[in-house]
Amino acid sequence: MDVNRPALSRRAAILLAVPPLAFLALFFAWPVLSIVATGLAPDGRLDLAVLPQTWSQPFVLQLLAFTLGLAVASTLLTVLVGMPAAFVFARFDFRGRRTLRALATVPFILPTVVVASAFLALLGPRSPINAALEGLFGLARPPIRLDGSVWAILLASVFYNVAVVLRLVGGLWSHLDPRAEEAARVLGATPWRAFREVTWPLLRPAVASAASIVFLFTVTSFGLVLLLGGPGQSTLEVEIYRQTALLLDLPVAAALAILQIGGVFVLLLLYARYQERLAVEQRLRPSADTARPPRTRGERTLVGGVLGGLFLLLGLPLIVLVERSLATPGGYSLAWYQGLWELPARGGSFVPPVDAIRNSLSFATATLLLAGTLGVMAALVVGYRRGWLARGFDALVMLPLGTSAVTVGFGFIVALDQPPLDLRTSPLLIPIAHSLIAIPFVMRAIVPVARSIDPRLREAAAVLGAGPRRVWREVDAPILARAALVGAGFAFAVSLGEFGATLFIARPDTPTIPVAVARLLSLPGDVTFGQAMAMSTVLMLLTAAAILAIERLRGAGPEPF
Amino acid sequence: MLELDGLSARFGERHAVDRVSLTIAEGELVSILGPSGSGKTTLLRLIAGLERPSEGRVVLDGRDLADVPAHRRGIGLMFQDFALFPHRDVGANVAFGLRMQGLQAGVIRGRVAEVLELVGLPGIERRAVATLSGGEQQRVALARAIAPQPRLLMLDEPMGSLDRALRDRLPLELRAIFEKLGITVLYVTHDQEEAFAVADRTVVLREGRVEADGSPEELWARPPTAFVARFLGFHNVADGEVRDGFAITPWANLPVHGDVPAGRATLLVRSDALRIADVGPIHGVVTARRFRGDHMLLTVTVGEAPSLEVEVPVGSAHKVGDAVELAVDPGAIVVLPQSEGPGTPPG
Repeated sequence: MDVNRPALSRRAAILLAVPPLAFLALFFAWPVLSIVATGLAPDGRLDLAVLPQTWSQPFVLQLLAFTLGLAVASTLLTVLVGMPAAFVFARFDFRGRRTLRALATVPFILPTVVVASAFLALLGPRSPINAALEGLFGLARPPIRLDGSVWAILLASVFYNVAVVLRLVGGLWSHLDPRAEEAARVLGATPWRAFREVTWPLLRPAVASAASIVFLFTVTSFGLVLLLGGPGQSTLEVEIYRQTALLLDLPVAAALAILQIGGVFVLLLLYARYQERLAVEQRLRPSADTARPPRTRGERTLVGGVLGGLFLLLGLPLIVLVERSLATPGGYSLAWYQGLWELPARGGSFVPPVDAIRNSLSFATATLLLAGTLGVMAALVVGYRRGWLARGFDALVMLPLGTSAVTVGFGFIVALDQPPLDLRTSPLLIPIAHSLIAIPFVMRAIVPVARSIDPRLREAAAVLGAGPRRVWREVDAPILARAALVGAGFAFAVSLGEFGATLFIARPDTPTIPVAVARLLSLPGDVTFGQAMAMSTVLMLLTAAAILAIERLRGAGPEPF
Repeated sequence: MLELDGLSARFGERHAVDRVSLTIAEGELVSILGPSGSGKTTLLRLIAGLERPSEGRVVLDGRDLADVPAHRRGIGLMFQDFALFPHRDVGANVAFGLRMQGLQAGVIRGRVAEVLELVGLPGIERRAVATLSGGEQQRVALARAIAPQPRLLMLDEPMGSLDRALRDRLPLELRAIFEKLGITVLYVTHDQEEAFAVADRTVVLREGRVEADGSPEELWARPPTAFVARFLGFHNVADGEVRDGFAITPWANLPVHGDVPAGRATLLVRSDALRIADVGPIHGVVTARRFRGDHMLLTVTVGEAPSLEVEVPVGSAHKVGDAVELAVDPGAIVVLPQSEGPGTPPG
């Protein structure tokens, strides 16, 4: 009956869906299928026997168990650490709350290479803590060697993902009307009971969606495990990389990749379904109304404790990273940074490391434009259309985010190096790969905003004389524009940090910052370690700048994801 | 100027609006009164073109609007909770309809200033919508609706979220503005005081149907149905029968004027027409007393019958538990047509 149907006609939706779908077909489906085909039919003849053969091997079962175990453990740990932080940021008002909240998000956007470097700096043999302990007790060997252990990976993973819980759960929490909980209290519920009966059921969808995102991220985590894990601590993702790049065993790599893609696709479908159910229009309150300063001593202790804990977890590794980048044998200096301008003495790179910074910035700009355009198109389709077609499209667009970056990267090498599509030398190759991962971010930044536009605003515009197109231009477009800018900011940051796919497709003379850092880390010696720290610091600062820009743009809109 | 002809809107099985026919003349101020869920808002949305009728026609100035989309109808609508554009400042909100008409920037600026002046908020063009108080938002929404000079203005519960003091004062101000503009107005509300204060004519809706249509004075003097009587706040309503110059009610047999036709009827006894007397036909017990400012309202229970409300002077000494006798003025008993349902308004 409602005359103001969804602001996007079926025809327009189809037209908008075509470019992202074509992009996905060409640069995602085709490379992935190519590498799967390469794996399954190495001699041009299909050999399906390799699948069950590989999957039943003991080392694959071990791999699977380790991958899932790691993901479950880090998801639980992240939620446990994130919930109190989400509570404190949602319900209490204290000086610097906005800034601290923005800073707590920085680790999430930090490239894995930076995170790995930071934890190497903190927990590895060159840690200042180790140096202090050695000096204190006259030890011959560094006492703390957490690098190469599961604990380092878990800690780094919590460091990396806690912002997801803080943003998603805390975001919703800060918009929940505290009066609901107060009503429960007045009716005789203890604070804990009021939380359990009133707040928790309202938060549960956000917790579930945060947990599934963290789970997905750890399942496909590459850089952390590659750089921090020791021998025998291989996830599916790292093993795919090892099998393709080091052992050149394509059939096994292909079988592992198929296993991973299938599992992730099922997860994404479940997630998209869940999201649609979440899109209940509930009346949320402005977050400014729901927080108050901590009053009692207990509340102040809680706020202080949580902030202190967050500082230890999130701040300390980054501070040690910066400290290590300045610590030269002759005391603190900028020597490692100056070294970035010089060609390295030993192999591993054909260009001075500083070139990587220029490369990264131009790739990121190209990604911003490409993923921004395609992501807006995809967001309009998903945000304005309902039903299984839109849902399926949503899952398709999200798919690359959950697919092994390594598989995509290697697929590019296999599929895009011969006619009709020879992009080996194209400068667009890296932005294209980055866009695959950035488009979902752009889309997720816009979709909730599109869905939350009050239909009465469109009606008000229509009654005042605006036709359907004009309504779109005057009401929807300006509201979505800001979300699109936020999405574009994410695209830029994602491109800066992408590691797995870039490691495969970056040409030796055009490394990005993360690739350059990994190359430096793979070389022995204090000089390259120091330069890796310096380079990671530069990357961290660039990403932080992008995040602060996003944060300024975001204002008080709904959260992404 | 506006004619509704058998207008219906069906949502699934339910008729939100059920065969409503109304004719509204140029310059008339009409309020649509009804409890929540009676179809008031849907009626406005049908007229505005935001919903499509399942049956019936909306005719504006002799033109059937069936194929005219909302944005070409030129009807002003002020939304419940206002629906101001949060991404635009006050000036841009008010200017919106004028821009849609393709007017020049200078003209628009002048008109926006003029309309904001009219609603009593001059010079606030640059303010952000989020910084406005409830009362200010209401005025800006009104300014936005009237800026394009619609010939028909519809308001959907414009006092909905405002506090008591504003709700008392604003209907008069609104009325002054409507009269100044010489505009035709449809004013939706669930509050009868507001409906009577703003309009010359009130249409009462019940479950999507027109239950009453008349001037405030007429409706007040002779509510056409028991539902309307109860909705207007009359308490002493009961089914009974008229026979031989008496109304046979659950309370007592009460005298009525001889010209009242005999037969079953619903009877309304005004609370101000009952008085406590030494001897009277109604025997009851005071079960509650409420202070009402200029009078006291006693609740009197008469055996198994529905309770009665009686107005007495503030100084009167009747306490809860006192036995009283009530007398009634024959002219004060209103005989309504037999009601079809229980006639109790929801809420």
